[in-house]
Amino acid sequence: MDRYETHEHDVIVIGAGGAGLRAAIEAAAHGVSVGLICKSLLGKAHTVMAEGGIAAALANTDPRDNWQVHFRDTMRGGKMLNNWRMAQLHAQESPDRVNELEEWGALFDRTEDGRILQRNFGGHRYPRLAHVGDRTGLEMIRTLQNHAIHQGIDVYMECTVSHLLKEGDRISGAFGYWRETGVFVVFHAKAVILATGGVGKVYGVTSNSWEYTGDGQTMAYMAGAELMDMEFVQFHPTGMIWPLSVRGILVTEGVRGDGGVLLNNKGERFMFNYIPEMFAAETADTPEEAKRWLEGDRNARRPPDLLTRDVVARAIRAEVLAGRGSPHGGVFLDIANQRDAETIKRKLPSMYHQFKQLGDLDITTQPMEVGPTCHYIMGGVRVDAETAATCVPGLYAAGEVAGGMHGSNRLGGNSLSDLLVFGQRAGAAAAEYARRLLKIPDIDAQEVEAAAQYLVAPFEQGGTENPYAVMQDIQQCMEDHAGIVRTKEELERGLVVLEGLKQRARHIKVSGSRHYNPGWHYAIDLRAMLVVCEAIIRSAINREESRGGHTRLDFPETEDALETVNTVVRLQHDHMICEYVRRPDVPEDLRKLL
Amino acid sequence: MAEAILQVFRGTQEGEGTYQDYPVPLYEGMVVLDAVHYVQAHYANDLAVRWNCKAGKCGSCSAEVNGKPRLMCMTRMDQFPEGHPIRVEPMRRFPLIRDLVTDVSRNYEINKRIQPFTPKPREADGTYRMQQYDIDRLQEFHKCIECFLCQDVCHVLRDHGRNDFAGPRFMVRIASLAMHPLDTANRLGELRDAFGIGLCNITKCCTEVCPEDIHITDNAIIPLKERVAGAFYDPIAWVWRFVRGKKAGERQAD
Repeated sequence: MDRYETHEHDVIVIGAGGAGLRAAIEAAAHGVSVGLICKSLLGKAHTVMAEGGIAAALANTDPRDNWQVHFRDTMRGGKMLNNWRMAQLHAQESPDRVNELEEWGALFDRTEDGRILQRNFGGHRYPRLAHVGDRTGLEMIRTLQNHAIHQGIDVYMECTVSHLLKEGDRISGAFGYWRETGVFVVFHAKAVILATGGVGKVYGVTSNSWEYTGDGQTMAYMAGAELMDMEFVQFHPTGMIWPLSVRGILVTEGVRGDGGVLLNNKGERFMFNYIPEMFAAETADTPEEAKRWLEGDRNARRPPDLLTRDVVARAIRAEVLAGRGSPHGGVFLDIANQRDAETIKRKLPSMYHQFKQLGDLDITTQPMEVGPTCHYIMGGVRVDAETAATCVPGLYAAGEVAGGMHGSNRLGGNSLSDLLVFGQRAGAAAAEYARRLLKIPDIDAQEVEAAAQYLVAPFEQGGTENPYAVMQDIQQCMEDHAGIVRTKEELERGLVVLEGLKQRARHIKVSGSRHYNPGWHYAIDLRAMLVVCEAIIRSAINREESRGGHTRLDFPETEDALETVNTVVRLQHDHMICEYVRRPDVPEDLRKLL
Repeated sequence: MAEAILQVFRGTQEGEGTYQDYPVPLYEGMVVLDAVHYVQAHYANDLAVRWNCKAGKCGSCSAEVNGKPRLMCMTRMDQFPEGHPIRVEPMRRFPLIRDLVTDVSRNYEINKRIQPFTPKPREADGTYRMQQYDIDRLQEFHKCIECFLCQDVCHVLRDHGRNDFAGPRFMVRIASLAMHPLDTANRLGELRDAFGIGLCNITKCCTEVCPEDIHITDNAIIPLKERVAGAFYDPIAWVWRFVRGKKAGERQAD
């Protein structure tokens, strides 16, 4: 077979966004040797695109906030399906993780008395998001990156990992290729942390980049780990929709946090008509009360524009279907009439720039046109709350690739904090595991050979399919059959279409060499995309109710009986098995907080 | 439908490389990166290009479009005159890897050599206090998305090949540390010696191409030059330090 390089580490971290960087920093601090592998260049991972902020109950802006309220908001936002222990750890530890970023050089916007300023966001009861205008993700990834490069971590840039390696049941490393040269690489390691992010590229309209093809979920699944809650995909209510070129690009929830309102084509604030019973007690029911809230009246309740993302996305869809949408099939988001131009430019500089440059629109004078865009997957690799360990010894998962933390719907701002809290925990646990393991497990030469064969197959199999065309058809399949609303019939049709796409993916034609060849890279990414698509569809068929990010037109109600179960998929005898497992019960003292 | 000709550089480390013409259909709001993706999907599956966010936030898709360093994702097709081919080529300052992809690893090596952020201790209540007006100028530097267009265009690097100059990106990075209210390190010596700040002769090419509108020359480089000059070349200050037994550039205790 092909020659390959070998690199040996105690711990390797796959993915260098917020979770991967934080995990690598922590593992290195525990004194083990760490390799950090990036699919892109360092600092370009998806975290860089996060806009609104990091949720942490610092109580700087509103002293009534504390971890208990953050925990409550997170659980209610997730419609109680969250792993309660993850939600608790997250709420308790995120303030420390944010303060730590400041110690590493991050510069958050400040309060009058010089502390970290916090902003309002959907589903958070109090202003909670530490932020830097609307480019918080950039600040976070750059801070972590500039800290990490001095911790003795070996960084492997533009290297794609395609397979996990095992000795028996235990992790022994990972296999992949350098994007630049196409040369194969074996990372021989005691422990592997997956921090590969999400799956958004399986949808056509998405805020996610080309990297988000479900690599980590798929590798974990192939290695015997379980995927949980994969039916819960978050469609962010406000993506750009016009012009066509920018369709799906995110418009931060910070626009609404800072006072922006949603309007239909009649100029009505339609969100007042979509307040769910669960949130009625804490949501303003008149524009007048919402206005008082914006002006800082602590007795006024929050405007309905800031309801959780699942609720707002469904409301926008309903308005459009009822004929009250904007010219290009969305609704209007107006901040021009709520805030002065100077404030808008200061708090939302990249939104201003993005619309001006790409959409010929000045958001300080005109309303934006927005609609739902695929943004995040709540589901992911099933992990232990304390350690981020999967059921495969030596395999850990943190950040978007892991499931459980967000239940059926994630609150804005809880992702960046999730990356930090569970990145840190995964790094510590993997390092400890590696230290306890006296001998590094062996690499199985046959496993490596098989992985290499798989990677070169597109050059050798004499296929005819264009990888870009197959990818586009996968995205269309998911939009058509497993989008923002679902039915059993559509989902099952989706499975049939997916079978056809699997066949086509086996007959990909790749031209050119292995030297920086995106056609080949995409051909390899297709496998992971097909696995996560199937996991999403099977999980969505399984859950016969509507909850959070999963809406079934044929089962429109939320079923109490299904509040206590999570959907799990696993690989068994070459088939994807899908079933319910019981969700851990929330202990009595925490239940009282809800 | 209207069409444009995209003239794309194709080549590897070996050989000269060529420009190839690809007809691309135009639609409203289209950017150069969309056109490049069209070429990839329809004519050249193996066309090498870097990109990630497609929203001007990650700084991956840097290239030279009609000779000007730009982010392809933020460059609208409709700004170019109709009927003329649009030429897309890699950043010329960096060694070519393939097609539109270049080797930017030198930037990562320079960054590693910069002294890390060295904060002073927290306040008694466990917080760090900073006023917004003290960090406004730093937040401008923190907007940098590391697209390296400034490193591409800087004539000290590009025309004179002076590898002893770290380049505009790293002047911005050092400025963001040197002016950080919490930082305690002295970076003036390395700024003069290892990073060659004296080589910049403030032609502002870097500022012109910055997609984040960072005033690289005025707000980062010139103030740093002043500090270096004050620390090393001001005879009165030199005598004063000699008398007080201080090092050049040592931070005032406050």
